Amino acid sequence: MFRRPFQVYRSQNPWREIDRMQREMGRLFDDFGYAPRNRMAPSFPAINVWTNEDGAVLTAELPGVNPEDIDISVVGEILKLTGSRQPEELGEGAKYHRRERGFGKFTRTFQLPFAVEAEQVEAVFDKGILHISLPRAEAEKPKKITVKAA
Amino acid sequence: MANETNTLQTQDVEKQEVQVAEGTERTRPGRAYVPRADIYENDESLVLVADMPGVDHDTLDITLEKNVLSIRGTVEMANPDNYNLAFAEYEVGDYERNFTLSDGIDIDNITASIKNGILQINLPKAGPAKARKINVAVS
Repeated sequence: MFRRPFQVYRSQNPWREIDRMQREMGRLFDDFGYAPRNRMAPSFPAINVWTNEDGAVLTAELPGVNPEDIDISVVGEILKLTGSRQPEELGEGAKYHRRERGFGKFTRTFQLPFAVEAEQVEAVFDKGILHISLPRAEAEKPKKITVKAA
Repeated sequence: MANETNTLQTQDVEKQEVQVAEGTERTRPGRAYVPRADIYENDESLVLVADMPGVDHDTLDITLEKNVLSIRGTVEMANPDNYNLAFAEYEVGDYERNFTLSDGIDIDNITASIKNGILQINLPKAGPAKARKINVAVS
């Protein structure tokens, strides 16, 4: 192909350039949206998960939920958390001035990054916060391989 | 990582951060959140119920000054030892909220209790504010 090395490069289609710029800008703003402060919990309860090589700890804020009303089931690497938050029992003739707290049933299912030793799962409910410790199944733990000198 | 079905609304999950006045800063590190609260009224009193997970009897501070009821709960970061945070949907912080009380509250008999992260404050109505039945005279 014949080329003219000294001619200034011109785009064939100026709209294509604008299009590309728009995409770049959009991507830039999407990155801002990802900042942790704008992160939104998809549903109730919000959870935090902590991990190390021996297992995971899951915490959830469940203020006012009766510990008996929380149901946790673990099958392999699937953890299911169900329960309900009861509405306040109002006496006769009482009326609400302000209502911000929600109530009702909740179900969340999580896939953990490893299978869990279901027998050793422990859950503690303290001050309205649920802590579930999920030890990793022994067979799934990473094995350390020593390199032998030849 | 998570998929779910639920009946509680998404807005029920997000914590609202306390707005501090311009030019001032918090004395404690970390964030402070506004606890969600319900207020209802029955014949004897006004009852305030607030969600304060992580707060107990020892870390709760309620003061009343010039008709302003201030609720403060401090929450200690309880990060599990030797674990790394892998996934986070909520952040831990203190709770702060103020309420202005009307004159009709018997401020000497306010009682409060906290259980399972739920604060309940009972604000009894002062004598004259209690509901009175007014008889309509037959003309």
